Amino acid sequence: MKRTKNNLIFVMLMSSIILFVYLYLTVNTRGHFAFAFRLRSQRIIPFFLVGFSSTVATIVFQTMTQNVILTPNIIGLDSLYILLQTVVFFFFGLNHILVTNHHVNFIVSLLLMIGGSMGLFWLFFKKYPGKIYLMLMTGLILGTFFSSFTNFLQVLIDPNDFESLFARTIASFNRVDVTLVTISLVITIPILFYLFKQSATLDILHLGRAYALSLGIQVDQYFLKLFILVSVLTAVSTALVGPVSFLGFIGANISYRLFKTYRHSILFLGGSLISVFFILSGQMLVEHVFKLQTTLGVIIQFAGGIYFLIILLKERTN
Amino acid sequence: MMEVENLTKSYGETIVVDNVSLSIEKGKLTACIGPNGAGKSTLLEMISRLISQDTGQIYIDGNEVKTWKRGEFAKRLSVLKQTNQMNVRLTVRELVSFGRFPYTKGRLNAHCHEVIDNSLNYLGLIDLQKRYIDTLSGGQLQRALIAMVLCQDTDYILLDEPLNNLDMSFGVQMMSTLRRLVDELGKTVITVVHDINFAASYADNIIAMKDGKLFASGSTDDMITKSVLDDLYGMDVEIIESKGTKYCLYYT
Repeated sequence: MKRTKNNLIFVMLMSSIILFVYLYLTVNTRGHFAFAFRLRSQRIIPFFLVGFSSTVATIVFQTMTQNVILTPNIIGLDSLYILLQTVVFFFFGLNHILVTNHHVNFIVSLLLMIGGSMGLFWLFFKKYPGKIYLMLMTGLILGTFFSSFTNFLQVLIDPNDFESLFARTIASFNRVDVTLVTISLVITIPILFYLFKQSATLDILHLGRAYALSLGIQVDQYFLKLFILVSVLTAVSTALVGPVSFLGFIGANISYRLFKTYRHSILFLGGSLISVFFILSGQMLVEHVFKLQTTLGVIIQFAGGIYFLIILLKERTN
Repeated sequence: MMEVENLTKSYGETIVVDNVSLSIEKGKLTACIGPNGAGKSTLLEMISRLISQDTGQIYIDGNEVKTWKRGEFAKRLSVLKQTNQMNVRLTVRELVSFGRFPYTKGRLNAHCHEVIDNSLNYLGLIDLQKRYIDTLSGGQLQRALIAMVLCQDTDYILLDEPLNNLDMSFGVQMMSTLRRLVDELGKTVITVVHDINFAASYADNIIAMKDGKLFASGSTDDMITKSVLDDLYGMDVEIIESKGTKYCLYYT
């Protein structure tokens, strides 16, 4: 019975996504269908890419930490990204290659975020093994430090520069560089594929460390591997569209409530589709209701923030 | 046959398990007793590779355990930790089927379903198999976990205080189940027990630990004596015999 119900949810999700993709491509083209279609269809792949990456990363992360209100960004990847953008604007100005060339910016951001998280993992898996929460706390503190430093620089920055900097620090699909999508796909698809294949092993992690070990999982090595993959997925989404921490959170938590299962294979697919649906509808709001006066990032933070508070309050009463 | 040689584990300055050597008979129920903080659980965790030892070796059937890959080791030895609340929504059957993971990595085949059915049946859980584990009583959850371990189909089964939070009747039920695993299925069971009367009534052999050291070990009959238990617990223990079984009275 549960299975048929879940299948029904999948069918509904898929069909509403197909409907929304169709609507997104065709609504309100003002007579320039070919032009609008070309512009809009380029964004469909990033929608899926970001929806899947952030949701799968969040679900894996929440299983590892056994905590459904954390997101991978707790280790400060988004703050690091914003800091990098700010530092570049502050010290090198608008005409530096890191600002003008999206490819260079993407690669540098990606390497910095992956490098940063690797450093953190190396420290806590090799030097102080088994202290995952201490690692997350350290990441949290570093993240706070990065954002404070960012704030400090942004106060000093030229108001005109700040205007264009601000646009970069909020998640937006409006400025996705299509040529970067290929690189992102090459990185994320194998990881997503691998994590989907690992679903059954991830299920075991729900039982906790002792049982996972007893059932033959090399928990420490496995965690290190998962942390790396999660941070790469998060870094790619962030470098591509900007910080989207709440997106994965929404997708993951709605899927837990909707599918009521521990199975990662179902949660991954379901949660990702929910996120994609959320991106699609949010982006339509941005383009047609708000007339591009705001970005999807703002909507995600707004809706995600409210949802986060609801979940927090609910958890407290339970 | 399991042999432990010069096993030592310390956390910082504190030596938790100090140079312990012992051997455990195959196909027997061995109880590990001793006061709180004697290092029983740590010893069990090292043997089951949940934590690594500082020095020393553990041999199972002549092979050092470290030489096994963890996935292979999981087919030889399973461990049941003190039940902590699991906050995942699983049915009993789903929990039990996790025991097949070392063999199938999550893809259950016909043979698996047979083993799962047998394990459920063996522990009288058939009627409960569709229940969610968060609705079970402590005793039922313990039984479900034993069924999972049984599903793992290992020669050696280690349990860390399986009687915790169980009342007398569930305690007796649990120990008789362990006894059946040994007598009927030929498993080797090693369990940490706090109540020495349970050890006295059900175990074949007893290992006594004190202050991280092996205090004494031997057959239950040799171990349940006034001289051993008085020293082990630092109490005045009276031993009486009724219908061929020894009982310890220590309520002074």
